[in-house]
Amino acid sequence: MAAGAAGGGLGPRLAALLPWVFVAGFFAFILAFLVGPTLALAVQAFAGPHGFTLHYVRELGSFNNRLAFENSLIVAVASALVGLVAGGLIANAMLQPGAPDWLRSLVSSFAAVAANFAGVPLAFAFIATYGTLGVFTLFLKALGVDLYGLGFSLYSLTGLTLTYAYFQIPLMVIIFIPALEGLRQEWREAAANLGATRLGFWRHVGLPVLAPSLLAAFVLLFGSGFSAYATAYALTAGNIALVTITISNVLSGNVMLAPQVGAALSVGMIAVMVVLILLYALASRRAARWRR
Amino acid sequence: MRRRFGLGSLLVLLAAGAFFLLPLVLTGIFSLWQGGSTYNLATYGKVVNTGAVWTSLLLSLRLTIETAALSLVLLVPAVIVINLRAPRLRAVLEVIAVLPFVVPAIALVAGLTTLYTGPSWLIGTANYLVVPYFIITLPYTYRALDIGIASLDLRTLTEASQSLGASWFQTVVHVVLPNLKAALMGGALLTLTIVMGEYTFAAILLFRTFAVFIADTGQGAITEAAALSLFSFLITWAAMLGVVFSNRRGQTALGGAR
Repeated sequence: MAAGAAGGGLGPRLAALLPWVFVAGFFAFILAFLVGPTLALAVQAFAGPHGFTLHYVRELGSFNNRLAFENSLIVAVASALVGLVAGGLIANAMLQPGAPDWLRSLVSSFAAVAANFAGVPLAFAFIATYGTLGVFTLFLKALGVDLYGLGFSLYSLTGLTLTYAYFQIPLMVIIFIPALEGLRQEWREAAANLGATRLGFWRHVGLPVLAPSLLAAFVLLFGSGFSAYATAYALTAGNIALVTITISNVLSGNVMLAPQVGAALSVGMIAVMVVLILLYALASRRAARWRR
Repeated sequence: MRRRFGLGSLLVLLAAGAFFLLPLVLTGIFSLWQGGSTYNLATYGKVVNTGAVWTSLLLSLRLTIETAALSLVLLVPAVIVINLRAPRLRAVLEVIAVLPFVVPAIALVAGLTTLYTGPSWLIGTANYLVVPYFIITLPYTYRALDIGIASLDLRTLTEASQSLGASWFQTVVHVVLPNLKAALMGGALLTLTIVMGEYTFAAILLFRTFAVFIADTGQGAITEAAALSLFSFLITWAAMLGVVFSNRRGQTALGGAR
């Protein structure tokens, strides 16, 4: 009704333009608040007082910044591998023909919840459980096992990996279920008829077919571990060298680093993510081949 | 080769169950701890009577509603118009929907602070957070919407409606949107889980949302932070169950503020 009035009042030509106003508005918003800020970072990272400079990008090679990138990569790879293996096994177990339906919907619903339970609350749940005063830590201590005496620390790269596993594993379950469902029952039967054992089926049929999906999943998990910030910050109170935490320290003025170095670090992260997303696109295109 | 549910699968699922339930149960026990060997509900009483809990929770809820409203005004019409009038632009939409993954939250907030130092009506109030929240929820709301639209025969629906004399606007409001109700609901619930837990933008831009409040509380009162974390998990749980029931395709269910 309102549109009828507007269309009648403004003439059909303007009414025909109206839909495009929405499209233009959306693109303008993306340009202003996503593309613009990204370009601003690039300019800031490469612009010195006398024009173009590589000075700030070279700062990425300094000991602290290199350590931050190394740690971020280690946590991302380790947590992605844990997610890949554990999530893959869980997805496979829940899809076994003998598994009851309620179990399947329970696992996939819980995976959807747990994949979204991240950040600050996740960090505190792990501190309450595995922290120095955590219930599990104290329980083991009462049994005579001193976790922290054995070298474990929740506030280390190992602890971060353990914590990230809580969202990486369910993420893997969610993205891997469709790929596993694409493994046809006929292929298993054909392999069995040809005398293949279960191990032989996975070695010669299952894993080769799933390889691109596994790679795509790994890339996605790597990206989610690499760009995680809130979980790591709440867990360690900012006392661990990761790229995301270094950037936040620059932004809040906690370290003696120029804002331009913060921009260079951000551009470095974006560069890593661009490579990842291209790998992902390639891998998932190959994965789609088997899914017809 | 008919396989039964074997011992290996059972062990895998039991181990997974232990890994995922242990932190939840033990956080519950931890939140009851009053020091020494005293356990009671005093922490919860304290939390409920802290005014800042409610103000921060209400702020996060308000931001959720505002973000969902912005998506409804800015994203939904654009996606519908592109699907109806310019399907070729869908490729551009797909690229845009991936961009928020490519630019991590911490980098986006760095870029926003570099580019925008004013005006104060924009960056001065917590409403500014709706800008980045729209961006980080975009991949999930877009995916939910895209799946919803793909399940409709949009062309037939609009042709039928227009041949009955409806204007373009009437078609969208009275025909297309009602058919997308489930998708819009799913998108809104994903927005809820993401915005309620979001920490990065709020902390750096210095606004006291629920997640920022939990983090601040954890600096001094760790049992209170544990109680609030459990509460936060319940919110995620409720919202995600809503998503699972409103939309049975699992692909939209990947969100979270990491």
